[in-house]
Amino acid sequence: MIIGIWEVISKLGFFPTFMFPPLIIPNEPGGVTVIGTLISSIISGQIVTATATTLTRLLVGFSIAIVLGLTFGFLIARYKWVDDTLGFFVTALQSIPSIVWFPLAIVWFGLGNTAILFIVAIGATWTMTVNSSAGFKNVPSLYLNAAKTLGSSGAHLVRTVVIPASIPHIISGLRVAWAFAWRAIMAGELLGSTGGLGYLLDLGRSIQAMDLVLSIMIVIGIIGTIIDNQVFLRMERAVARRYGQTV
Amino acid sequence: MKVELKDVHKEFKKGDGQKLHVLDDINFNIEEGEFVSLLGPSGCGKSTILKLIAGLDKATSGDVRVNGEQVTKPGTDRIVVFQEGGLFPWMTVKQNVTYGLNLKKMSKAEVEEKAVEGLQMVHLGNFADAYPHELSGGMKQRVAIARALVMDPEVLLMDEPFAALDEQTRLVLHKELQNIWRKTGNTILFITHNIREALTLSDRVLLMSTRPGKIKESFTVRAARPRDPADSVIVDLEKRVMTELEIEMEKVLKEEFGDDYSLKTDHLRSGDHRDMGSNI
Ligand SMILES: Nc1ncnc2c1ncn2[C@@H]1O[C@H](COP(=O)(O)OP(=O)(O)OP(=O)(O)O)[C@@H](O)[C@H]1O
Ligand SMILES: [Mg+2]
Repeated sequence: MIIGIWEVISKLGFFPTFMFPPLIIPNEPGGVTVIGTLISSIISGQIVTATATTLTRLLVGFSIAIVLGLTFGFLIARYKWVDDTLGFFVTALQSIPSIVWFPLAIVWFGLGNTAILFIVAIGATWTMTVNSSAGFKNVPSLYLNAAKTLGSSGAHLVRTVVIPASIPHIISGLRVAWAFAWRAIMAGELLGSTGGLGYLLDLGRSIQAMDLVLSIMIVIGIIGTIIDNQVFLRMERAVARRYGQTV
Repeated sequence: MKVELKDVHKEFKKGDGQKLHVLDDINFNIEEGEFVSLLGPSGCGKSTILKLIAGLDKATSGDVRVNGEQVTKPGTDRIVVFQEGGLFPWMTVKQNVTYGLNLKKMSKAEVEEKAVEGLQMVHLGNFADAYPHELSGGMKQRVAIARALVMDPEVLLMDEPFAALDEQTRLVLHKELQNIWRKTGNTILFITHNIREALTLSDRVLLMSTRPGKIKESFTVRAARPRDPADSVIVDLEKRVMTELEIEMEKVLKEEFGDDYSLKTDHLRSGDHRDMGSNI
């Protein structure tokens, strides 16, 4: 439906083809289409390399965010004074869109990979912190009591009960944090980087190739959906089932 | 004396800042190797007493001692079967059962052997690799019982362990529990709503009154073992306990439904006496 409307608008010729390229059927024989560009740039490796670059950055930044988020979350749940100080701060930090940090990142790390990683990590860390601290705080006392009477305490209790019991909260944290990270990296790459899907978008804009821009948008949408559905949603469902919650 | 409670009081702070007086001047002892049941209306503080002995909660005032020593924290000499089971959903049945064993100084082979033995005892040998969410309520409760029994505790604290089970399984587990108790000689505090169950299993039955919970009366069950429900001693005791419990139940109902509510004793007596205990 949407595709149909798009094709019609494109062919009506209100806009030049480079601004409003057709999706599937070329406007003139041998002319550009989004699908054509998508396929050819995948074959040429342009989109593939860019995707790989973006995903690698994302993975690194997201991992940093997970580690930091879990650590902060644990400290907040464990120590009252951390909760009173950092805990309050985190709520404020969470409401700042991560791209706002970009000027700072450029000054601190220069325009490049590190700045992008910083944006991604900071975009996901706070959500991860909030969710994991909620998870750690809400471990059912029944599980803690059962473990304690069976002889567990200290680090063993944390490893075998506190962390596994928090998994449902942590997973939903991962899912939201992922969404933040995904938005953050696009903004970051678009504004200043070499390589990656965001950079390719900016390139497409500067050479006025909207077919390329639209191709990349399709790729971004597909990757985002696949990861959310295939990875996080599945994890969430599997965990919910095992933990006896209904989805 | 294995377990001693002396002048124990327990208050909980309620949300509105007021205090809820749950246990009032609780005094009782459990001898080494004795099987004692705690019977009483819902909300009278049975689980609270059990948590105090387990070291999971502290008395507001008074003394709780096990082996003559004041209870300050949980310990593996006292194992609890919780009213809600409390299995870890992220572990398989076997991992649940071996959780406490792995914390003891015990070889892998020994742990394995005990786990198998424990699961067979509750007739769940084939479910070692299942996860709790794949089990029925009664099966979960049996795993929780196995998890406690394999620990060989000196004091076994059981909070309505058989309440969710069907009659058949319950009878099997009564037998098993009595066998284990005879073999190990451990001390058992058993909470139940079922008068018949309490009388079949225990040396002594403690009857509690409504909140604030007090020990109202102690009945010693002087019947031969293995117990026969038709034994005249048991039948006789059952009537006495029932009468006392009805008085307490009436108080609870009055509290819940207002003063004009009156429990018609005849009406209740027309049903099956023995099941009444489970309907509290
Ligand atoms: N942690 C707590 N905080 C506040 N109130 C509590 C707490 N635990 C128990 N209570 C209250 O103490 C009273 C006694 O609770 P308890 O669980 O000991 O009852 P019970 O005799 O085991 O009842 P049941 O037979 O229904 O299991 C109840 O009124 C309950 O609301
Ligand atoms: Mg209870």
